[in-house]
Amino acid sequence: MSDRQYMRVRADMPPGHVRTPSYLRGKIGWVERTLGPFPNPEQLAYGLNAQALPLLRVRFSMAEVWGEASENPADTIDAEIYSHWLEPAEAPHAP
Amino acid sequence: MPHDHHDHLSPSGHPYRPDDDHPLTYWQQMEIAVRELLIEKGVTTAAAINAQIEAMDARSPAHGAAVVARAWTDPDFRAALLEDASAATRGMGFDIGPMRLIALENTEHIHNIVVCTLCSCYPRNLLGLPPDWYKSRAYRSRTVKEPRKVLAEFGVTLPDTTTVHVHDSTADMRYVVIPQRPAGTDEWHVDDLAKLVTRDSMIGTGLAKSPDAA
Repeated sequence: MSDRQYMRVRADMPPGHVRTPSYLRGKIGWVERTLGPFPNPEQLAYGLNAQALPLLRVRFSMAEVWGEASENPADTIDAEIYSHWLEPAEAPHAP
Repeated sequence: MPHDHHDHLSPSGHPYRPDDDHPLTYWQQMEIAVRELLIEKGVTTAAAINAQIEAMDARSPAHGAAVVARAWTDPDFRAALLEDASAATRGMGFDIGPMRLIALENTEHIHNIVVCTLCSCYPRNLLGLPPDWYKSRAYRSRTVKEPRKVLAEFGVTLPDTTTVHVHDSTADMRYVVIPQRPAGTDEWHVDDLAKLVTRDSMIGTGLAKSPDAA
């Protein structure tokens, strides 16, 4: 667990085509694996020259995403997040 | 007499079903207009479009079942599938195209379930067209919040010792679950094993069938 690379999803709400689910914005998870590069869908959707970006599979605990309302805190959610939506972060709770 | 009202009944004695004809929707008209323009301008042909529709219709969960059964019986293939599922399934003739495939293995302690909260991303090369419920708002919103309740509604009750891994298919990856191989199938041939692998078991909303149920 100490090797985990934690990332926070930017908490922004920009208009337009975005493939970062809003329920994960502002949440902290750890990198499950790195993929890509893949063209940025926010540019691709509008026919623009899309920048190739790393895509990361980030794993979140249910406790981090849903807090007290989580069904089972240790269950996890993985999502693919483009690198420009992520910033390095500290672990959300004591390891 | 039960079948009195002859005006409303078919010769079988049952009421006629109303026709479900209705005017084209806006988007249906748009699809036809764009398709006809693409053909008219020589960008594509009607034959090419039909071929694509036939190719889509020919895909079915039997493809995914063949992949899973092989992973159960061929350790080298299982390792290759977990390492690079796009390449491993392409080698079996199931090309994922521009997307990439990730295989998720269920174990005694891990159960994987796949959802696309943003739309309805689905590994069509292995499973064909997605079921309607996969595209429903209820499945898409509830699976990330209460996967165990959703699983229970599909008839899958997991013990607390099993961790649920939900996979939200948000971008360029597609996911297929490798369900656990049922007990009592040690001597089974790969083709018979494939018959135990259901569509839902590869989405993660089900388990592979037990040999008794096959």
